[in-house]
Amino acid sequence: MWFVTGLIVIWFLIYFNLERLAVVIYNITGLSSVKDGYARSIEFFIYEVPKVLLLLTIIVFVMGIIRTYFSPEKTRALLEKKSLFLGNILASVLGIFTPFCSCSAVPLFIGFVEAGIPLGVTLSFLIAAPMINEVAVILLFGLFGWKTAVIYVSTGLVIAIISGYIIGKLRLERYVEPWVYEIKSNRKGTGEDKINLQDRIDSGYTAVKDIVGKVWIYIIIGVGVGSFAHGYVPEDFMAGIMGKSNWWAVPLSVLIGIPLYSNAAGIIPIVQVLLEKGASLGTALAFMMAVIGLSLPEAIILKKVLKLPMIFIFFGIVGVGIILTGYIFNLIY
Amino acid sequence: MIIKILGSGCKRCEKLHKKVTEVVISNKIYAEIIKVDDIKEIAKYGILMTPGLVINEKLVYSINVPSEKDILKYIKQNS
Repeated sequence: MWFVTGLIVIWFLIYFNLERLAVVIYNITGLSSVKDGYARSIEFFIYEVPKVLLLLTIIVFVMGIIRTYFSPEKTRALLEKKSLFLGNILASVLGIFTPFCSCSAVPLFIGFVEAGIPLGVTLSFLIAAPMINEVAVILLFGLFGWKTAVIYVSTGLVIAIISGYIIGKLRLERYVEPWVYEIKSNRKGTGEDKINLQDRIDSGYTAVKDIVGKVWIYIIIGVGVGSFAHGYVPEDFMAGIMGKSNWWAVPLSVLIGIPLYSNAAGIIPIVQVLLEKGASLGTALAFMMAVIGLSLPEAIILKKVLKLPMIFIFFGIVGVGIILTGYIFNLIY
Repeated sequence: MIIKILGSGCKRCEKLHKKVTEVVISNKIYAEIIKVDDIKEIAKYGILMTPGLVINEKLVYSINVPSEKDILKYIKQNS
């Protein structure tokens, strides 16, 4: 317990003195005497990388702890016997906090359907869970500010709620593989072990080790690419292609984004370069949502339980939702 | 004793398989370890997130990869 408190104190000390630290490094290395694009890039890099990594570490740690309170079993119990619209809202919000990995989309789908949770509600969960993940949100917060992060989370929620609701209304149960309804599982689960505070904190450490251990390299590369663009590539490089004036930029970004598959950390650098160089916010966010929310591997995994027309309808509705979001943000900003 | 590892194609499933094998070997436990990757089979155990650890047909742990110590504990409790 004291150990964690100590780590958190150290975290705060470093985080709130980062700017000073960066200046010190900047001066020691003699970079302050170089005044061209190269130095500007380095300056950006030595401040941004530690900042984003620190933010990511603390949030992943906290989320790791929070997730111990939201097991998939509990989420399922909460979603049982909920009316359609309320169920969609709840499922989308729980999608943020329940541990999820796309490799578990199928068992989760089966478990939800078997418990009698409506198809639309189940899909709301499956849309929100991958799209709104803490890595994406933190990176948006760290690099573009809290407004962009809030916009991302709230639009992601709206898309998940409405898409799931529409799918529920369409009564598509016939497109679910029939064997899913025939499975009679032993629903006792693992009979939840008693879990104490130390276990929860350990889960936080594990999450940091797993997630930060996996994505740090993308962040360094990403911010590196971002800083390079910062110093070199002309300001309005992307404006012509992905700026607001191009009406087809949003649907095109989404169409390109769907077959692409990347984790949130891998896509952020691209988004960062796009924004930095004049792409509009709506277009860039739509692209990001399409890449991490909808993906070909996910479609292939879901193909085990959903028939092809259902997959097309699912991707179609979510895709349209993302495109609309893109347009709305291009209008507002 | 029959130990089953439920999960198809996820990293944690591989990790769990490896860990369980190590525990079984290093403690000289007489057990057969089966990797279950057929989704219909997996679903029967009522698991929502893979990997799952099944000992003598009882699902004892899921979602994460337990420590060696815990794996040994589960094996002893359920044998």
